[in-house]
Amino acid sequence: MTNESISARGDLRLTRITKSYGDFTAVDDLTLTIPKGSFFALLGPSGCGKTTTLRMVAGLEEPTVGSIHLGDTDITTTRPYQRPINTVFQNYALFPHLTIFENIAFGLRRRGIKDVKEQVDKVLSLVELPHLAERKPTQLSGGQQQRIALARAIVNRPALLLLDEPLGALDLKLRRQMQIELKWIQREVGLTFVHVTHDQEEAMTMADTIAVMNEGKIEQMGSPADLYDNPETAFVANFLGQSNLIKGKIDGNDGDNLVVDLYGQKISMPKKRSHAIDNSLYAGIRPEKFRISRLATPVKGNVLTGGRIEDVSYIGVSTQYVVAMPWGQELMVFEQNDDGVAPFDKGDEVNISWEPTFTFGLRGDEDIEAGTEVNPEEIEAE
Amino acid sequence: MSFPKVRVPYLLLLPGFVFLFTFFILPIINLAQTSTQTPLSGGDTGEYEQTLAFSNYIQAFVENKEQFGRSFLYATLATIFALAIAYPLAYAIAFKSGKYKNILLVLVVAPFFTSFLLRTVAWKQILGEEGFVVPGLRALNIIGEQTTLTSTSVAVVAGMTYNFLPFMTLPLYASLERIDPRTIEAAGDLYANGLTAFRRVTVPLSMPGVVAGTLLTFIPAAGDYVNAAILGSPNTKMIGNVIESRYFKIVDYPTAAALSFTLMVAILILVTLYIRKAGTEELV
Repeated sequence: MTNESISARGDLRLTRITKSYGDFTAVDDLTLTIPKGSFFALLGPSGCGKTTTLRMVAGLEEPTVGSIHLGDTDITTTRPYQRPINTVFQNYALFPHLTIFENIAFGLRRRGIKDVKEQVDKVLSLVELPHLAERKPTQLSGGQQQRIALARAIVNRPALLLLDEPLGALDLKLRRQMQIELKWIQREVGLTFVHVTHDQEEAMTMADTIAVMNEGKIEQMGSPADLYDNPETAFVANFLGQSNLIKGKIDGNDGDNLVVDLYGQKISMPKKRSHAIDNSLYAGIRPEKFRISRLATPVKGNVLTGGRIEDVSYIGVSTQYVVAMPWGQELMVFEQNDDGVAPFDKGDEVNISWEPTFTFGLRGDEDIEAGTEVNPEEIEAE
Repeated sequence: MSFPKVRVPYLLLLPGFVFLFTFFILPIINLAQTSTQTPLSGGDTGEYEQTLAFSNYIQAFVENKEQFGRSFLYATLATIFALAIAYPLAYAIAFKSGKYKNILLVLVVAPFFTSFLLRTVAWKQILGEEGFVVPGLRALNIIGEQTTLTSTSVAVVAGMTYNFLPFMTLPLYASLERIDPRTIEAAGDLYANGLTAFRRVTVPLSMPGVVAGTLLTFIPAAGDYVNAAILGSPNTKMIGNVIESRYFKIVDYPTAAALSFTLMVAILILVTLYIRKAGTEELV
């Protein structure tokens, strides 16, 4: 059993996993396949069950119901030390009493490998810290500790590398740099990375596939571009970037398009981008897809008239407008500062237009506030 | 009134310095003087003159080497037993006690609410013929019908183990509690089974507590005389008992002072060697 699990390789399959603590269900009937060799992100707000899922894969928690397979081997109840899975812990969890060299050699030595020097040196150069081998963890900066934690895990060449909010403790600049490095290292070593984060930018930068989790379930799974361009739920639309969600009614068909009535104004959108189940729907448009124009200017595509500029924020790369619509809703619009001047002022009467293909449709019974609440812990982590 | 900033630390040190000088440094000097005195010729019992008789030390040691040896043996045994009892206890409180953590910690220090002497006298009762330990052990055939526990070295070591247990438990708890449980999880994640993770991570990380706890137990135990006086017999006399009787019964101040100094230096040497070893050896 031990040898079989240690050498297990292949896709990770979670089948109908549920994890409950008393009355609280942390993970709710979750089924998920993570292909071998991919960089997979579990994204969600704190308390969504992503860390619990990761801990079950690591073997630190046992699912209440369901099974976990790695390739053809069932590892649901296998002890952590018998799984070919290594973790980069949130606060690194380096061994403070051991040198960096011994920290990295720990896993190799436990598996009875005598000659560890070559492998440790190699992984130290991979993370570009070969000169720190004899230091103790407390003598290292946060970014260096992060890399050592990564080195300590990948030196074992696990079938699966788990990263639990690995960049959460780093400052923004270092985090950006590590995102790129992590992705490069993943390609270099060719291991399956499963990354847990609440930071949508981090997930989108690194992962090939993202599963957005909310309240113990997967809301949607796909490539970063899929999730961003065509979210299926209000939670995903709001959690990944910002969205304008406008209530409407499906008013008919026009070939491959739907005609949608938004407070008396007709727009069109591709049928295949609608996730509505009946006539009522929310039309979703990302703020940067909107164009603002003066009343007299002719525009193409979908148009909503009767807007008035409520607020203008110039933020360098773009200008953010808040536009009040006749039905009382305020829409967010991001305009690139192509011409270097903010052309609209507060109080201007404007039209808003966009390409019909950029529209996505959500079910009319969605809670359009889902995923917008910002959790205090996440602000702190910023 | 304002002080220049550089003087503030010295002012803060002053009360402690005055106290230690008056009640530690001066008595130590006095003790050193006394240890080299000889009886005043023609004087009364207890009257001595300063003669720099360093031979007092040799004589005192030769006469009492058995008690010295016994002191260090008993103190070592009590330290080992206290460690064996306190480590699992501190581990359970630190990692497994959940909401009962504070109650358990109060229970650990609860014996301090009663006097040290009283508790030792109580042990005499517990280990006596009328207690439950001796009849219990007899019923289980662990000791013979004639065997008693009071006035034996077993009773003295048991009493010392008991009395110094909190001094072992608290530092152990403090260092175990500081261990990030994720480092232990990380050991499991890196192919260490429970026992290996304990040996390679938990134990080394708790070493500061082990060192502090063993010192806090060993040092007072080596100089203790209460346990031997109450629970022991003349055959279990420790060096503390000899010093006590030299001072208060025989009024042989020079020998008592020489013994005190010898004990102090011996403990200092042992402790220095121990800390050096514990501090520099590869803890893995």
